[in-house]
Amino acid sequence: MKRFAGWTLASPAMFVVVLFLVLPVLATLWTTLTTPDGPLATYLAFFGSGFRRTVLWRTIQVSLATTAISLVIGFLTAYVISRAPGWLKSILIIAAVFPLLTGVVVRSFAWLIILGRNGILNNFLIGTGLTDEPFAMLYTQGAVITAMVYLFVPLMILTLAGVLESIPDELLQASASLGATPRATFLQVTLPLAVPGLIVGAVLVFTGSFTSYATPQLLGGESVMMMGTLMYQQAMVTFDWVSASTIAAVMVVITIAIVLVMTRLARRLNPMAV
Amino acid sequence: MTRSVHPALIGLAVLVFIFLVGPLVIVVGAALSDTSFLTFPPQGLSLRWFENIFEIAAFRRTIVTSLQIAFLSTGIALVIGIPAAYAMNRYRIALPGWLSTLFVLPVLVPELVLGFSLLKSVAVQFTVPIYISLVIGHTLLVLPYVVRVISASLANFDFSVEEAAISLGSPPLKTFFTILLPNVRSGVIAAFILAFITSINDVSISIFMTGPGISTLPIQLLAHTEQFFDPTVASVSVLLMVLTVAVMAIVERTLGLTFLAK
Repeated sequence: MKRFAGWTLASPAMFVVVLFLVLPVLATLWTTLTTPDGPLATYLAFFGSGFRRTVLWRTIQVSLATTAISLVIGFLTAYVISRAPGWLKSILIIAAVFPLLTGVVVRSFAWLIILGRNGILNNFLIGTGLTDEPFAMLYTQGAVITAMVYLFVPLMILTLAGVLESIPDELLQASASLGATPRATFLQVTLPLAVPGLIVGAVLVFTGSFTSYATPQLLGGESVMMMGTLMYQQAMVTFDWVSASTIAAVMVVITIAIVLVMTRLARRLNPMAV
Repeated sequence: MTRSVHPALIGLAVLVFIFLVGPLVIVVGAALSDTSFLTFPPQGLSLRWFENIFEIAAFRRTIVTSLQIAFLSTGIALVIGIPAAYAMNRYRIALPGWLSTLFVLPVLVPELVLGFSLLKSVAVQFTVPIYISLVIGHTLLVLPYVVRVISASLANFDFSVEEAAISLGSPPLKTFFTILLPNVRSGVIAAFILAFITSINDVSISIFMTGPGISTLPIQLLAHTEQFFDPTVASVSVLLMVLTVAVMAIVERTLGLTFLAK
């Protein structure tokens, strides 16, 4: 009876996810394995193309850089937030949530105004006499990484603020009363306890950057093509759906592999779990 | 307990928050500029770029479409997500573990892949109209938020209250509406709001679902930005930020914003 009631209530949502997500995505993956040239032909073509390898490698580089920078900035900021007095803490969390709830187009667009040829940064540099010619900052890897760090730092701050918040004060007090310097407490107590959170945050940021579309499209354009923009171009501009499906498959496999491996690692490295 | 933080760290945090808020301030400034190009600080204050939004038919149309899609998909996600979340909390032992994994799948699968797959299988192969495909895509996009937020508020619900009502003769549906729903009301409001804002801001699914006369606001913003470099996009961005502020106020009232940090 209980089993029946449970299944009945869960079935509409289950039906929607299976019918409109699981089956269509499996169909996309299936088309890459069933081309007339044999099951792996599309993958050989993908990894055989110098251009596509470059795009994949660039996407990995940009995502790794974004993740590393967001980790450092996010962790230090979250640490400051976790030690701030209550009223300030709420203000800081609001300041981090606001960009997070603002859309990706708006946030990438802001960097278009800042980094453009006649943008704020160039005007500032020319105005102060630091340079005579505007720098070409848009459509560079740096522009994409900057905007992506901007996109993902709030997510990192919120994830890590929650983690740091949950570290019991008694542990830090115990460490201090046993004679540890603040620095030693930070390195030997706080940091190890935050490792699982750091891994979760890193996974969120890496997979988010790896599969992003709007930011590389607006700030990278044709010259900083990434996996997402390449996939869109193959699907909607050149209408090569087998090629687009192959890129989709590579994205799915890498994303899910990273999530599985890293969450397992996070569990293993959690000092609180015995 | 001393909560001392190294001054250098505080200085860094200040810089980070300038980095977070600054670009949005710049967008607001650019939206208010009287010039026909994007600039900051604004040269001459004017609201004409806000009027311009509504003079462009594509913006009028996509704003309406985006609102419709957001309401529809959030509504559907709530209708199917609340029972699912309930089942997973109430009958946890009777249901297999992979079920909860199934409901987070939409987060795990890259949105672009989902959008493309929906286009290929649903919109093209089964010739489902683009508009309906958009609703389906957005429903999948927001479903994990709904299930997660409702589950979180059900975790604090004492199911014996519900059993008491039923044993006193209350029919199941009435019990649901009079006992359960009022108890998770703040969760439902928060789920609605988060789902709504996620749908309004979505790019990666909607980018594949554009047809004759159908597109969503973020896609129109992208297209406009690539063609023109005037402050219209900045003023639309300001409208979206106003919406975000309203959303944050509601979440703060119902759950407290720290909820989002969990």
